[in-house]
Amino acid sequence: MIKHLPALIPILPLCSAMLCLIFGRINKHLGKYIVMAAIATSFVSSVILLGEVVEGGEIHYWMGNWQPPLGIEFVVDAVNAILLVAFSAVSLLACIYGQSFFKKEDWFEISGYYALYGLLTAGLLGMTITGDMFNLYVFLEIASLSGYGLIALGGDRSTIAAFRYLLLGTIAASFYLLAVAYLYAITGTLNMADMAVRLSGQLHSPNVILAIAMLIIAFGTKMALFPLHGWQPDAYTYSHPAAAPLISGVMSKVPALAVFRYMYCIIGVESLYVQRGLMVVGFIGALGIIYGSVMAIAQKDFRRMLAYSSVAQIGYVAVGFSIGNAHGVVAAVLHIITHAFMKSSLFMVTGGIRYRYGQVRIDKFGGLNKHMPFTAFTLTVAALSMVGIPPTGGFFSKWYLVLGAFESGKVFFAVVLIVSSLLNAIYFFKVLENVFARPDAKLEEVNETGRFELPLSMMIPIIIAGVTIIALGLCNTILVDRILISSISEVFFI
Amino acid sequence: MNNVDILTYLNDFLATKGIYALVLILFFLGMFGMITCKNYMKKLMSMNIMQVAVIFFFLCFAQKEGGMIPVLMDGVDGAEFYINPLPHALMLTAIVVSLGTTGVALALLMRMKDRYGTVEEPELLRRLNEDD
Repeated sequence: MIKHLPALIPILPLCSAMLCLIFGRINKHLGKYIVMAAIATSFVSSVILLGEVVEGGEIHYWMGNWQPPLGIEFVVDAVNAILLVAFSAVSLLACIYGQSFFKKEDWFEISGYYALYGLLTAGLLGMTITGDMFNLYVFLEIASLSGYGLIALGGDRSTIAAFRYLLLGTIAASFYLLAVAYLYAITGTLNMADMAVRLSGQLHSPNVILAIAMLIIAFGTKMALFPLHGWQPDAYTYSHPAAAPLISGVMSKVPALAVFRYMYCIIGVESLYVQRGLMVVGFIGALGIIYGSVMAIAQKDFRRMLAYSSVAQIGYVAVGFSIGNAHGVVAAVLHIITHAFMKSSLFMVTGGIRYRYGQVRIDKFGGLNKHMPFTAFTLTVAALSMVGIPPTGGFFSKWYLVLGAFESGKVFFAVVLIVSSLLNAIYFFKVLENVFARPDAKLEEVNETGRFELPLSMMIPIIIAGVTIIALGLCNTILVDRILISSISEVFFI
Repeated sequence: MNNVDILTYLNDFLATKGIYALVLILFFLGMFGMITCKNYMKKLMSMNIMQVAVIFFFLCFAQKEGGMIPVLMDGVDGAEFYINPLPHALMLTAIVVSLGTTGVALALLMRMKDRYGTVEEPELLRRLNEDD
């Protein structure tokens, strides 16, 4: 059974999504629990796999025992394994959190939502674990299509946001397919490890240049890197509040991992074009950091502010990979993890406030700490972590990023990071000031919440997410020194 | 360069790279349509044209001279006699994906039409601003 764990991670949510609608017919809550159980099992499997990988090195799983390069291969290395744990944890939290939004709906709406949610999780986990280029495309499309659905469910202007994202997402996917075509045409293989071997002799082929450019465009759009981020603010703002934590936390991180896996593991940094590509990505990432932060300051809607802040935060990941030394890459991977938790917890908080009071505007948050102390706690922790104040997780990823920037002599990036931290401080302290210092806003409860400030199924994930952010900071040395630093050179060949 | 040279050159180009040039034109035609059309339905159709171009691209480089359909025949052994079936198999998946994308997009368009009564972008934006 242990042997088949890598396959279970994406397949269980996939199957549960299919079963969800059937069982939802019997009892309207049954399908939901099936998806939840499947994601929980994926989470446990990822944790077990992480233990195995740390002990015994990379795990290769051959689908149906077809050996690569012919068959589809799943690869779990240390970086993958940690990210699988983080992503499935975020997915599980958001899955538990979302239940309260479906009190009055009938079976089809509940099961439909959870089926899409299971598919999105399957796609994202599959993209993280796969070792096959075309398989990555399939999982990318599974994740995107279910993502369009989840965004469109949000009501309001969500259909337009989803449609625009669909157009841009399809352009991105087409560019990815073209990149696959160019690389396949000169190597005749689709397996990533095999591709790396066969490409090593042909690094100066024009196909490689085209493929690098197309990969950056494709995944840059999907991860909302600065000039390609047009779809993202609307999509995050209007997506369904139950799905927003997963969409904002994980959906943009997985393509980021994929593109840098291509750069580092498949084509290889010794190629001149990859170095140029990384440089371009680093500079537009730095521009995006400043642009996203400035735009975030100008927003009045909390969700929109968080969306622009995501444009900035994905820039950190891009800059980290662009710096390219061990500390830079560690920082990027660490930031993928911490930001997944930070952004999803912030969206959970927004959803919680919206659930109770129907408000998303920052100036309506006055005195929130008295009505919703636990939510305010997570909001504070996540906001401090976004600014980068120790001992939260966000401090450490920025710390390693600045360390890496100084080590490689790219002081420009360090300056950008510090400036953007100041900008982050401006807009997050504005929120905190509203919550703690302003007089109470006149708020009406739109939903009843039971004995606590929020329904228990919402409150527990919010608190867990807040605690996790602190834990990521406190247990940082274990994560970085024990696992990341030692494995990063093996995984990314630097 | 005399006429014969130009003709041979053109012949060579069309025989070897012509189809790729056409696919490239088709691809960017689709993308151009997605950028310039104001009607969301037309944008969707342009998107399909772009996807078809990618599918053509895969099918084109799967061809080779003297290859036949990849079904094993008696007495004909060796990879050089058959075309590469893998790109075709991949494109079956891509066609299914593009079908799915089109389905989702059409469903979204229906919702938009129901809610705002139009799928023209300027009109839609005007009505959105009225809502605020």
